Amino acid sequence: MFLLEFDCEFELERLTIHAENKQLVGPGELLAEGPYFAGENTYREGTKVFSARVGLAEVIGNKLVVVPIKGAYIPRLDDIVLGRVTDIGMSGWQVDIGAPYPAMLPASETPLQHGRDSVRRDLGHIYGVGDLMIAQVIAFDRTRDPLLTTRGRGLGKVTSGHVARIAPAKIPRIIGKKGSMITMLKKETGTDIIPGQNGVILVTGRNPDNESAAAEAIYMIEREAHTTGLTDRVKAMIVERMKGKVVG
Amino acid sequence: MDGRRLDELRPLKLEVGILDKADGSAYIEHGKNKILAAVYGPREAHPKHIALADRAVVRCRYHMAPFSTDERKSPAPSRRELELSKVIRESLEPAVMSEYFPRATIDLFIEVLQADAGTRCAGITAASLALADAGIPMRELVAACAAGKIDGKVVLDLSDIEDKQGDADLPVAYMPKSNVIGLLQMDGSLTEDEFKQALDLATDACRRIYDMQREALRQKYHVARDETETEVAEVHA
Amino acid sequence: MSATHQLSPVAKLEQKAVHDLIVKGKRLDERGPLDYRSITIMMGTVEKANGSAYVYLGKTKVLAGVKIQTGTPFEDTPNEGILTVNAEFVPMASPTFEAGPPDEDSIELARVVDRGIRESKAIDLKKLCVQPGKKVFVVFVDLYILDHDGNLIDAAGMAALGALISAKMREFDVKDGEVTYKDKTMPLPILDYPVPITSVKIDGSIVLDPCLEEEQVTSCRLTVTTGKDDRICAMQKGGLGVFTPDEIKKIVSTAISKSRDLRQRVLSKVN
Repeated sequence: MFLLEFDCEFELERLTIHAENKQLVGPGELLAEGPYFAGENTYREGTKVFSARVGLAEVIGNKLVVVPIKGAYIPRLDDIVLGRVTDIGMSGWQVDIGAPYPAMLPASETPLQHGRDSVRRDLGHIYGVGDLMIAQVIAFDRTRDPLLTTRGRGLGKVTSGHVARIAPAKIPRIIGKKGSMITMLKKETGTDIIPGQNGVILVTGRNPDNESAAAEAIYMIEREAHTTGLTDRVKAMIVERMKGKVVG
Repeated sequence: MDGRRLDELRPLKLEVGILDKADGSAYIEHGKNKILAAVYGPREAHPKHIALADRAVVRCRYHMAPFSTDERKSPAPSRRELELSKVIRESLEPAVMSEYFPRATIDLFIEVLQADAGTRCAGITAASLALADAGIPMRELVAACAAGKIDGKVVLDLSDIEDKQGDADLPVAYMPKSNVIGLLQMDGSLTEDEFKQALDLATDACRRIYDMQREALRQKYHVARDETETEVAEVHA
Repeated sequence: MSATHQLSPVAKLEQKAVHDLIVKGKRLDERGPLDYRSITIMMGTVEKANGSAYVYLGKTKVLAGVKIQTGTPFEDTPNEGILTVNAEFVPMASPTFEAGPPDEDSIELARVVDRGIRESKAIDLKKLCVQPGKKVFVVFVDLYILDHDGNLIDAAGMAALGALISAKMREFDVKDGEVTYKDKTMPLPILDYPVPITSVKIDGSIVLDPCLEEEQVTSCRLTVTTGKDDRICAMQKGGLGVFTPDEIKKIVSTAISKSRDLRQRVLSKVN
């Protein structure tokens, strides 16, 4: 039944999950004893699984994970991120995506309409230092810095809109179960919202009022991410705020 | 001297996440010690050549504010501060799972705002919380406390006055879950038996401090539990 | 700022060789886990210093020099002489030592040796007072690491002790706050003979007096400095590994008994 092999024998009464679902745990706290999978942000020592971070414990089948409350953004393949150009090199741009590693966008990973001259052309004309972009992570591992691409729908330079920055760990809450939260936000504020996995969110609307309402909602979600009934409360806040304003 | 029992800790207060810009932070008051710990990281390694290929570099700076002691202390790092930066790093780094972040750095800053003996221990206790607060993966928290000898008796947690008149000082950093010691220093005069007594006193105190650390984290991140999920899942094969 | 040191320059294969031996209870040079390498101590090699001692511990070489000069006492100890210990990790001693201000390792070593001497009250500093509050003798102990093949702390500690007990200062008289020197010399007022004993943990096993190859695969070390009455006067744990309380208690026991042997070796060199 289990794919992993263990050196120790398990007695029936030793198979116990100690943590309750959504229980707040910290580093070194015992989550379970037995042949459970030590999922994200947990580690195994002998027959026991411990939490490695401050977060909420979750039991998914026979896997234990800890959903962290806080933490740096560590890029993953296919992540959509919002980054800021920090340097222009010979064949691409260095982009700050808020990770402990600077990302690289090679000129070859930008859309073809920049022309075959894109290498000889002054790269600064495409993106200058300080420019914002939406990109996707196409490579990242332990030995090298993340690689980005802007070839894809919806990717590219950001020229307008409102940028909100929240803790990367809270992005799933912004999106919500099956996108429920973000759909509500877009509808109620009449904006388009692009959440970057790195905690940077782009909000574009017809007018600045809509955009700032959406931003306010986003910060509210970040503050109260751990509470229940949040979707309804946020919706109520937006409706209240948007009273008398045009929803474009 | 201050009416405490021989194995009683001075009053200890912990607070997590009090700074805004740092990734993680914690504040401790222990006796008259007032110490702030802050963590930035994991972040990009600057300069690049200090980075390690397979894990993060952990950097630690222990520093005392000029107004923290009876006599004003020069702000320039002293040899003592350099040594303490090293031993403090060596007590916390074993707990940090730095292999999660190759080629990055985790920077730890401990500022002593007011000193009252036992600053390195209080600093470690706070730094542990700051690391956890920053969301850095750790095997467990590290608690620290000093034991000592005064008037021929082995006691716990000397204050500044007691330390100056005392016969021995033994700071210890301890991880209760793994039952291991990450920092141990001693100066003074102890027989082998006195040392064993002092070590046990210190590790016991560290267990108590560990509980206070967990409580401080709980207070900061108190979560309103969903009413529907109150059962503990038990699985029997 | 203290930062994680760069990776050991030793290949994994060579590290494994040490590991494998240790697991079998053996060491690279046929020593037992509690054996020290051969020790040679030569005193008085630097005539211009008040005292000096050159220690060979295996291939590790440390030269300690003692200079005694007058100076002003500290405010909180107006009747006491001053002890100050410094260490130089001379670049020729190892490919890894760089010229420049003392790094954290040399500062740690100096302070550990200092604490051993100071806390055991090895030097009777009260006898080094010339004029209370105004003038005292300052004992400078400078540790020169000349060849690094492991266990610098113990070698430096023995060298410091040797230099101090063989040091000579001129007998002096104090008249109206001025020092007048006589033609005779006398030793420093020495009350104790502290000796540091360093144990390291390699793969769960404890060995004493690590050579450099052993140090490079060490997870952590514990130095225990003991005085002549089996009293522990200083301890220092170093390295990124950890010890259990039981390991520490055992190490302390071993160190205390070992220190008697090493103390004897240093003392036997002095006439």
